[in-house]
Amino acid sequence: MNLDAKIPSGPIADKWDNHRFDMKLVNPANKRKFKVLMVGSGLAGGSAASTLAELGYDVECFCFQDSPRRAHSIAAQGGINAAKNYQNDGDSVHRLFYDTVKGGDFRSREANVYRLAQVSANIIDQCVAQGVPFAREYGGQLANRSFGGAQVSRTFYARGQTGQQLLLGCYAGLNRQIAAGKVRMHPRTELLDIVIVDGTARGIVTRDLVTGKIQSWAGDTVVLATGGYSTVFYLSTNAMGCNVTATWRAHKRGAGFANPCFTQIHPTCIPVSGDHQSKLTLMSESLRNDGRVWVPKRADDDRQPGEIPDAERDYYLERKYPSFGNLAPRDIASRSAKEVCDEGRGVGPGKRGVYLDFRDSVERVGKQGVSERYGNLFDMYERITDENPYERPMRIYPAPHYTMGGLWVDYNLMSNVPGLHVIGEANFSDHGANRLGASALMQGLADGYFVLPYTIGHYFATYSPDKQPITTDHPEFKRAEAEVNARIERLLNVQGSKTVDSFHKRLGRIMWEGCGMGRNAQGLTAALEQIPALREEFWSGVRIPGSGSEFNIELEKAGRVADFLEFGELMCRDALARDESCGGHFREEHQTADGEAVRNDEEYCHASVWEHKGDDQEPVMHREALDFENVALATRSYK
Amino acid sequence: MKLTLRVWRQRNASEQGRFETYEATDVSPDMSFLEMLDVLNRDLVERSEEPVAFDHDCREGICGTCSLVINGVAHGPRKATTTCQLHMRSFKDGDTVTIEPFRATGFPAVRDLVVDRSAFDRILQSGGFISVNTGGAPDANALPIGKAEADTAFDAAACIGCGACVAACPNAAAMLFVSAKIAHLSHLPQGAVEHEQRVVRMVHAMDGEGFGTCRNYYECEAVCPKEIPVSFIADMNRGYLKAALTAASD
Ligand SMILES: Cc1cc2nc3c(=O)[nH]c(=O)nc-3n(C[C@H](O)[C@H](O)[C@H](O)COP(=O)(O)OP(=O)(O)OC[C@H]3O[C@@H](n4cnc5c(N)ncnc54)[C@H](O)[C@@H]3O)c2cc1C
Ligand code: FES
Repeated sequence: MNLDAKIPSGPIADKWDNHRFDMKLVNPANKRKFKVLMVGSGLAGGSAASTLAELGYDVECFCFQDSPRRAHSIAAQGGINAAKNYQNDGDSVHRLFYDTVKGGDFRSREANVYRLAQVSANIIDQCVAQGVPFAREYGGQLANRSFGGAQVSRTFYARGQTGQQLLLGCYAGLNRQIAAGKVRMHPRTELLDIVIVDGTARGIVTRDLVTGKIQSWAGDTVVLATGGYSTVFYLSTNAMGCNVTATWRAHKRGAGFANPCFTQIHPTCIPVSGDHQSKLTLMSESLRNDGRVWVPKRADDDRQPGEIPDAERDYYLERKYPSFGNLAPRDIASRSAKEVCDEGRGVGPGKRGVYLDFRDSVERVGKQGVSERYGNLFDMYERITDENPYERPMRIYPAPHYTMGGLWVDYNLMSNVPGLHVIGEANFSDHGANRLGASALMQGLADGYFVLPYTIGHYFATYSPDKQPITTDHPEFKRAEAEVNARIERLLNVQGSKTVDSFHKRLGRIMWEGCGMGRNAQGLTAALEQIPALREEFWSGVRIPGSGSEFNIELEKAGRVADFLEFGELMCRDALARDESCGGHFREEHQTADGEAVRNDEEYCHASVWEHKGDDQEPVMHREALDFENVALATRSYK
Repeated sequence: MKLTLRVWRQRNASEQGRFETYEATDVSPDMSFLEMLDVLNRDLVERSEEPVAFDHDCREGICGTCSLVINGVAHGPRKATTTCQLHMRSFKDGDTVTIEPFRATGFPAVRDLVVDRSAFDRILQSGGFISVNTGGAPDANALPIGKAEADTAFDAAACIGCGACVAACPNAAAMLFVSAKIAHLSHLPQGAVEHEQRVVRMVHAMDGEGFGTCRNYYECEAVCPKEIPVSFIADMNRGYLKAALTAASD
């Protein structure tokens, strides 16, 4: 597997500028001859599709929701980072770069992260020009807040609906290009396979979710912007339709999957309330700006929170990490919550919860002040739990939220399969072993607006399209279509007795126990035995009513769960192979006496990239070594 | 709790629909409405019947995918709440609950409770944007925008495009939805430039999609999960008249 990251030479601050100059350009008159198949229209896919269309490329864009405006990016709450230094508090491109590399626990690629920090400021300019209503100060200037893992205030936000406002801006730009006829949008259309011709990605096979029609599409490049795979845990903060299907099918066609075990468990979500639970709701990290996290000092303290005096409360993040306090990064905050609950000091039903308390900020800025910052989040909390967070501390617990792992890409955001680009959460690029808050929106838009539009041109200018233009009549398309059809038939023909969800829930439990917040060799080995068994049971026991040629919600889910049942195994395999703790990947065998992660840079300072060798073969792991030339490898400390 | 559910079933757009009655047992007050339907669907599949198709995705009240008219009210009984955020504690043991799709000429049926809301996308394609290309934008703080204006723009931009306003309106008008987008953009200096042509184009697109006219019932505001105010409709109408007059005198 060729893992040449193609990092440009020269000092880190000059790499992107030099590269932009060195890349070849496509003659403007020729651009419309290149067809881009853009899969996904969230922040990454939507921004890329509209920008590429503005440049003159011919774009087909696909999403499984009924409208691009509903991509999962819409749900992001807290904010988007940018090194604007509007607050004059010492921020800079270099500091954002440094924070991100450190936050990722030194498992990301320096050059990519630096570029991300560089273009971050352009993103805010672009969004404001599109009409994104960011929060403002009375003087009319943009407002900022702080997020975890940073000591400067660089997060731009739109109340608690930043993702929604950014996506609506991006969707508006996309609509403009759709109206101009330069993007053809295909909603309710799901990618089910990637077509590779002579080693190059040349097309996709999709299913129309309304009619069931299977169709092939040929193009000059395929871009996957299909988001993350947190729903492998079943319960997560992600939308119900999020899936690994696109990236997994690409992996099975040759694309390397990097660091699948790097998943982020978000510290502040509403705890599980019962077996019926279908998803977990995030309470934005921004709440940790003003809320204080605590549990009773004593185990099994059943008093109401208001009756527990300060002296008997353990504000454990403030105690353990005095300089970052409640703003410790996510992995650390999550693990600390698990620790205190494991000690029996958890609160609420089932004792899997900790308090996030706004008492002091209500005293400081008043109910009105708190409501201005977090009103919609407080309302959401009350709707779900029936408790009033102005009067009683919120109960929160960690939940799967984001996946740093994804398809391996080089500096140009191209996978090891020529012609297959991967952007947004779907790639593995910038966040290493832990993502800092407000950096995913930044990365999705950086990839889509400011990186891919340059690098894709270089790809088109340097690849030689076949003398015979490829159409969907090519045998490779026919073969892929036949495989897609056969798989759907196979699913429908199982005719077992159990629902798709029942398998998804069971897989989720295996993943959460074996490959969740704390991992160890024994648990991972057990999960690696349970998953193939569950997969077998699925293929003999699942029931999908109806046919393939209609709107069929169970069939849709079944295809996704079948992929998760394969992918989950790779995740555990990766977690077992990475015998160190780093970021969100906490191997219990590797910790200090006071429970901090212990990295092993000698052996694991690399990205693990997996190659699929066939359904009955073990996958093979390759390594991309990571060099830290600009930020010295150091133990992460937030004390 | 136990509930009796009367659910609209319809195989596809060309077949007739009808109500089916189901008993929902074991309903917990902490379940969301959609989780209650998940349980119904589990039971249906286990009995070899076809599950009820409904739209949903984020289950957090932000993506606008979920819909449903519950006991005659779009998104059900709780104010400012989408169906996915509605919890069963809003119902009582023994209640009968009628569940229908968002019905409107502009929203053709797809299956059961799922309808096609792509008309909303097409209306926005007609002008719901600011014509700016990627790159070359000036520094974000070069254009200060007063907090009050920014807040009004935000209130309008909070629309999630669910279509409850259309489902609730006796005339199936889409004016709350359309006026919210117009208000969002016209309250910002960047968006004000194209205001006149935007209003005209979007109003024409809306009419072309078969949505009705506002007759001031204000049912839309009452069901809007994001509490978008009807005052935006009046602003849109004024803007449209003004633009039409300008065009006539040109
Ligand atoms: C609740 C929540 C809050 C968050 N808050 C923040 C925050 O405050 N700040 C921050 O920076 N980040 C936040 N994040 C993370 C961030 O929102 C996501 O990482 C980011 O939006 C992902 O964008 P994307 O474009 O890569 O993918 P998505 O927005 O998930 O888009 C994926 C697209 O791919 C399509 N798709 C997927 N599979 C297929 C398929 N097989 N066929 C066809 N189409 C397909 C979908 O239809 C969709 O259009 C949050 C995440 C969650 C869950
Ligand atoms: S499912 Fe997203 S708003 Fe209800």
